[in-house]
Amino acid sequence: MSLATVDIMVVLPEIVISVMACLVLVLDLYLPARFRMQTGFVLTLAILLAATLIILFSSVSDSVVGLNGMVVKDRISDLLKCGICLISAGVFLYSRRYAIERGFWRGEYLVLGLFGVVGMMIMTSANHLLTVYVGVELLALCLYAMVGMQRDSVSASEAAMKLFVLGALASGVLLYGMSLLYGLTGTLMISDISVAVTRFGPPDLPLLLALILVVVGLLFKIGAVPFHMWVPDVYDGAPTSTTLFIAAAPKLAACGMILRLLAEGLEGLFQTWQEMLIAASLFSIVLGNVVAIAQKNIKRMLAYSAISHMGFFLLGILSGTALGYSAALVYILIYGVITLGVFGVILGLSRKGAEANQIEDYKGLNHTHPWLAFLMLLLMFSLAGVPPTIGFYAKLSVLQSVIKADLAWVAVVAVIFAVIGAFYYLRVVKIMYFESPADSGEIQLNCGNSQRLVLSLNALAVVVAMPWIGILVDICNQAVASL
Amino acid sequence: MTLLSTVFYVLAGVLVGSSAMVISVRNPVKAALFLVLSFFSAACIWMTLEAEFLAITLVLVYVGAVMVLFLFVVMMLDIDIVRMREGFTRYLPLGALVAGIMMVEIALVVMSGRFELDNLARPAGHSADYSNTRELGLLLYTDYVLAFEVAGLILLVAIVAAIALTLRRRPETRYQKPSKQVKVRKSDRLRVVDVPSGPSQDNVK
Repeated sequence: MSLATVDIMVVLPEIVISVMACLVLVLDLYLPARFRMQTGFVLTLAILLAATLIILFSSVSDSVVGLNGMVVKDRISDLLKCGICLISAGVFLYSRRYAIERGFWRGEYLVLGLFGVVGMMIMTSANHLLTVYVGVELLALCLYAMVGMQRDSVSASEAAMKLFVLGALASGVLLYGMSLLYGLTGTLMISDISVAVTRFGPPDLPLLLALILVVVGLLFKIGAVPFHMWVPDVYDGAPTSTTLFIAAAPKLAACGMILRLLAEGLEGLFQTWQEMLIAASLFSIVLGNVVAIAQKNIKRMLAYSAISHMGFFLLGILSGTALGYSAALVYILIYGVITLGVFGVILGLSRKGAEANQIEDYKGLNHTHPWLAFLMLLLMFSLAGVPPTIGFYAKLSVLQSVIKADLAWVAVVAVIFAVIGAFYYLRVVKIMYFESPADSGEIQLNCGNSQRLVLSLNALAVVVAMPWIGILVDICNQAVASL
Repeated sequence: MTLLSTVFYVLAGVLVGSSAMVISVRNPVKAALFLVLSFFSAACIWMTLEAEFLAITLVLVYVGAVMVLFLFVVMMLDIDIVRMREGFTRYLPLGALVAGIMMVEIALVVMSGRFELDNLARPAGHSADYSNTRELGLLLYTDYVLAFEVAGLILLVAIVAAIALTLRRRPETRYQKPSKQVKVRKSDRLRVVDVPSGPSQDNVK
């Protein structure tokens, strides 16, 4: 085999980010201290934007398989990779001040983040079980370290330990499922597995066990019930900047992985995994929305909200139609943008010695910082799925796809619990607008101009982008058509 | 029973037995040594499968490097066995239940007929001059080059993460700087004080 240009092109963004991450690592070592922070930060943002541009300009309409079938470059991978790069750039922009004040804004934090992005991109474009697995491990290893980066915090170390132990277990389960699939089909190539599984006909016990193990691994990675236990503890314990990193972009990567493994590789077992996903999705929506009501800590509340949102995302996947997959893609992209904004507000209000992580802290935010309160209002409405926001459209499209798949009862349960869930989002709005500030000066705005500008754009986008949502839907529809 | 299958059953028996000992002996050093034995028998089984390179790598890397390092750590750490076994009986029923279910599932999968020897053709043997190492190298750098490179990235991330999580700068620790010691001059350390010598000898007495 000789390495053709096409092989390089397929993984060019990953190569660029990896090489530049090494450059950031080396520069961090040799630059004098006063340039170090700024250079690494600017370089990181530049790398992520450059990777986005490379993906956009090298985008082709049909799928290209490269490196002997290990990776595939199609519209799904391009779309998700762009989303991952842009959202991660936003994450670094928002986290900078927070991390500097807490003393873990070092070159390694950026480098780990960049390698995590590479892992996510590999997950979205994998066409081979080995590629899926190395991508998952690369991302997971970066996340463990980023959670534990704030070493003087006991809760961060505890969260890192929990994520590490449970994550390793889930990787093992996923790997076990993959090894059984390999034993049964004799191939690791996802497209070949798809052919072999369809030939098997009705699933027998070994195939079923392989499917169950793979689904368990995937559900763990997105944090759906009953594999959600790590989510609240990690969201709460990790430094808020890392929570944002975990909460936003990896969900996109997991979406890509689920589409590749379930919708493409195990398509022949659709009936079986649909049942599993219905259970996981409904339990996630119910548990996430109900338990979130009881939370006093906004990071824990958002963790349970994330669980319920993953339930909604799974609704799109379990429809099993092109419409459903496209709706799931739209959902996860919109969810990524909203999450970025919400944590951006939390990071913007946190300063050294005062984490804005209790819901009480937002009391009377409208009196002290009306603009930020307004942005938070938009984001909360969007998470709840109130009509003029894109969050509403996201929920609507997955529910539509479920109804079209003749599962109206699932949609009904989901809607009932989405309404119940609206309570805790609206409570935050109520606390911000209708209660007087408890202790003036407790919460202060603490973000730079560029951060404030991007945050405003990010939050306004959830309403302003609504008339143009059709473009995103078209892009997703075209992407799914290539599956 | 052919000679090869006899060898296999003996090695497999040793492997299973020593693996059971790893998790059941009380002394961690003995557990580590049993792990060495199980690695060694696994390597021998791979040898019978004509995977010589992998077998030797397993012995060299795991037995030679990793386990020796591990033994050092085990010997240096003061492990409190009693505390480690705390809660063992409490979690035993649940653990045993899960382990039992997994065992039954694996047994059902293995005996389902999908993994019978008839389904899987016996791979052709190779002549004596067949180079295992060369073939592995070819595969790693052609078909699986992406996974290989990403595995490299994973190792890089592991190094960076390990250093980032453990390196602490402690201002209170004192250590020698040889370069400073070598470059030191007499005038830096020695102060010649001109002590006046006078007639007054009172304070000497």
